Amino acid sequence: MNLIRSIFLIFFFLGSNLSYATNEDLQIKISKNLRCLICQGQSIHDSDSEFANSIKILIKKRLNEGSNEKQIYEHLKDKYGEWILYDPTFNKNTYFLWILPILIFLIGGGIIFKLFIKKKN
Amino acid sequence: MKNKIFSISLIFFFLIIFLVFYKGLQNSNIYTPDLEIKKNIPTFKAQIFDTSNEISSEKIFNNDQYYLLNIWSSWCVPCRDEHPFLVYLSNKKNLKIIGLNYKDNNKSAKTFLKKLSNPYELIFSDRDGIIAIEWGAYGVPESFLIYKKKIIKKIIGPLNKEILFEIEEIIK
Amino acid sequence: MASLIGFNSLLFGFCFAILTIIFGIKNFRNSNIFDHKIIFFTLLQFIFVVVSFIGLIVAFINSDFSNETVFNHSHTTKPLFYKISGTWGNHEGSLLLWLLVLTLFIFLFLIKSKKQSKKYRILTLLFQQIIIIGFFIFLIKTSNPFNQIFPIPMEGMGLNPILQDPALAIHPPILYLGYVGSSIIFSAALSAGALNYISKEWAKHIKKWVLASWVFLTIGILLGSIWAYYELGWGGFWFWDPVENVSLMPWLALTTLFHCILVLEKKPVLSSWVLVLSISTFSLSMCGTFLVRSGILNSVHTFANDPERGLFILIFLFCLVFLSLFVFFFLHRDDNENTKSFFWLSKETSILVNNWFMMYFLTVVLIGTVYPIFLEVISSKKISVGPPFYHKLIVPFLIPFLFAMAIGPKLKWVKSELQNKINLILFLVVSILLSLLIIRLLDVNFLLNTVLLTSAFYLFFITLRDFFIKGFKNLSQNISHFGFSLLILSILLNNFFSSEKIRNLIEIETFYNTKTKINFESIKRKDKKNFKAIIGKFNIENSNGDIEILNPELRIYNQPNIVTSEADIKTNILKDTFMTMNLVQNQEYFNVRYQTKPFMLWIWLSVLLISFGGMVSLFKKNEK
Repeated sequence: MNLIRSIFLIFFFLGSNLSYATNEDLQIKISKNLRCLICQGQSIHDSDSEFANSIKILIKKRLNEGSNEKQIYEHLKDKYGEWILYDPTFNKNTYFLWILPILIFLIGGGIIFKLFIKKKN
Repeated sequence: MKNKIFSISLIFFFLIIFLVFYKGLQNSNIYTPDLEIKKNIPTFKAQIFDTSNEISSEKIFNNDQYYLLNIWSSWCVPCRDEHPFLVYLSNKKNLKIIGLNYKDNNKSAKTFLKKLSNPYELIFSDRDGIIAIEWGAYGVPESFLIYKKKIIKKIIGPLNKEILFEIEEIIK
Repeated sequence: MASLIGFNSLLFGFCFAILTIIFGIKNFRNSNIFDHKIIFFTLLQFIFVVVSFIGLIVAFINSDFSNETVFNHSHTTKPLFYKISGTWGNHEGSLLLWLLVLTLFIFLFLIKSKKQSKKYRILTLLFQQIIIIGFFIFLIKTSNPFNQIFPIPMEGMGLNPILQDPALAIHPPILYLGYVGSSIIFSAALSAGALNYISKEWAKHIKKWVLASWVFLTIGILLGSIWAYYELGWGGFWFWDPVENVSLMPWLALTTLFHCILVLEKKPVLSSWVLVLSISTFSLSMCGTFLVRSGILNSVHTFANDPERGLFILIFLFCLVFLSLFVFFFLHRDDNENTKSFFWLSKETSILVNNWFMMYFLTVVLIGTVYPIFLEVISSKKISVGPPFYHKLIVPFLIPFLFAMAIGPKLKWVKSELQNKINLILFLVVSILLSLLIIRLLDVNFLLNTVLLTSAFYLFFITLRDFFIKGFKNLSQNISHFGFSLLILSILLNNFFSSEKIRNLIEIETFYNTKTKINFESIKRKDKKNFKAIIGKFNIENSNGDIEILNPELRIYNQPNIVTSEADIKTNILKDTFMTMNLVQNQEYFNVRYQTKPFMLWIWLSVLLISFGGMVSLFKKNEK
């Protein structure tokens, strides 16, 4: 049981990313995570609308000024709301979003174990 | 017994989902930003149209009167349609119209103003559209009614008669 | 004229729905023999729907703009092929397609189930007719494909060039054969549940329906991805867009159902769960239809949004759900409580593990898709749930899933010992080494990706070896699992090794970089029938000195007034090169994107392989 728990922990914590080699890669990563607000379901990276192009220029400018990824997201969230971010941040609005699937996974595992697996007598 | 509780709670669960979806249908699908809190105008520096001088936002909006910031371009078709409304509003004494020339070139912009007349007290240029983003704009045309450095009303899209009337009511 | 026939045909089809129900109930109660008139009625019903459908196609071919649907979605200058495919590319026409598949499947079911009990067949028919009637009413009342408009317009409105693509043309019919085809599984399972008919024999009988629906659904989803890749111009093939998710969810449920049927074929267990999965698959299809057509979600692919239609589907969906709940709780009895325990190392358990993970993936996709709706209704806050969410929750769980997929099929029923442990460990070591070699070259999260790649390679090698040692035994399973391993491998390697260069270039300009040289050689302008084209010629030279010429295109249409960017994609067995060119407002230069995407072809081929495994199983059964 402890082994399983530690494996889960390793997966979740090491899911975090290492730093990006170039600013350009980071630019692409950020623009892929932003929604093009005047398009129907495209990211800023994929879109060629005026809005998307301006956001791309803004990202580049801010990265060069020294802002990090989180600050850029905060700045844009302030202007346009949470809707512009594709990666839902883990806050009081999204607890259920992130936790419910995991909960269901654990409950499912529990049900299977209890109901179906023969206990060694 | 256990089965009955389970089935009833399941029915209840689906009823709630039904109600949520039903309510979701009623809601409009267009995202309008949260304007209950009056937001402060952004601070920025911009180049005055057709010059190489810069001006800062403090200087533009510092009087005790209403301002209407209008985002426009010569290549934007609805901007042509809304322009007469702007010209009309420019005659109001307590309202100043400020123009943000969005992703435009000076020559076409000047031709546009020459043809349709210039309602703007001041125009500044936003070549890459970054300043528009600082305002939280989606594109062009868009207008912001400002008083005491706060955004009172955001108008997405071109002005029309109803919006004109609303603006007139507010600035009385 | 065609519209008149079409509409009246619909009414006749509706009448036959009522007729079959009446005769069905009579036959259920009275004699012991199945009344063959009923099969004839379902055939007639199907024929009427076909006639109606052909009526609409004819209206499209003739550009009959007195028909509102044709007016909205067609144009005289559209090529014939796209006029025809435009028939089902709109809301009303696609609903006719729904009816087509619904009526076809119940007719085929009645023909192919002659060995089954009479009550079961009739009850299946009744449940299916409930669905069919629901759709007839929906169609006739809110989405009539034969509305007339007057005065008759000279020209139509529907000339969106993005929708004129061969993959998109055949995507709906094939997808619907799977998506709507799961209705027969729904009806048959409810019927079997109500009659306590779910058993080993029933599992054998329903298996081919599950497989058929599954094969079509898999290929249908594949076609949608191919269209997105080639036509939408950003080089992606899956975006976790709500419409994509809505086709994936029934697929996940159907795959899980199939694996459960495999258990049920051998032992009388999991019958309640099989019933639940059968209900869920079609309910997810209906729920998906609701989400996509009601305007409640925001997506690239939504049809015309109409809350009135949304309300109808919502009510219809919940009627079906409550009907299913009624059958499940009041009529179905699960008698086999005692044979439920499985040994931990057995095939049954490995299938349970499969179910466990698949249901988890399903909940992730479901919650991700509908959560924004719930949040907005409850707290008026609007959030987006995009690819990062799905990747974070699904990718780590793929690792144990892939390992289980490798080991599971090797286990025997009831109780098993792991044979050939040395071989299994050997392959594990090889997979780990191979992954380490590859991941070392990259600048990505080391541990997670190495383990992920290892698990994919492991499944790949194990299933590959199984071809040689197992021969024709379980061939279909092997092909599908091998295909799945290939899919994950291709996606991973594509992800790791794709590169993209974005530059603003003017004509004659060249872009240099240590690895590539992109030369924007020239622009050609061409005038075609409905658009003006700007074609760029680019020479791309890589570090080996190989030169490649790519010609992305910009098309300026005048009707409708839009500009599309046509990517030039060169495919070979190892990689795709992908180039697009876009105008920049107010500037002389173009924004040019050049991407290298390794193994794209393998992504498509692996999905074909997965479905091929299912096809092999289907045809094998027919021989018996």
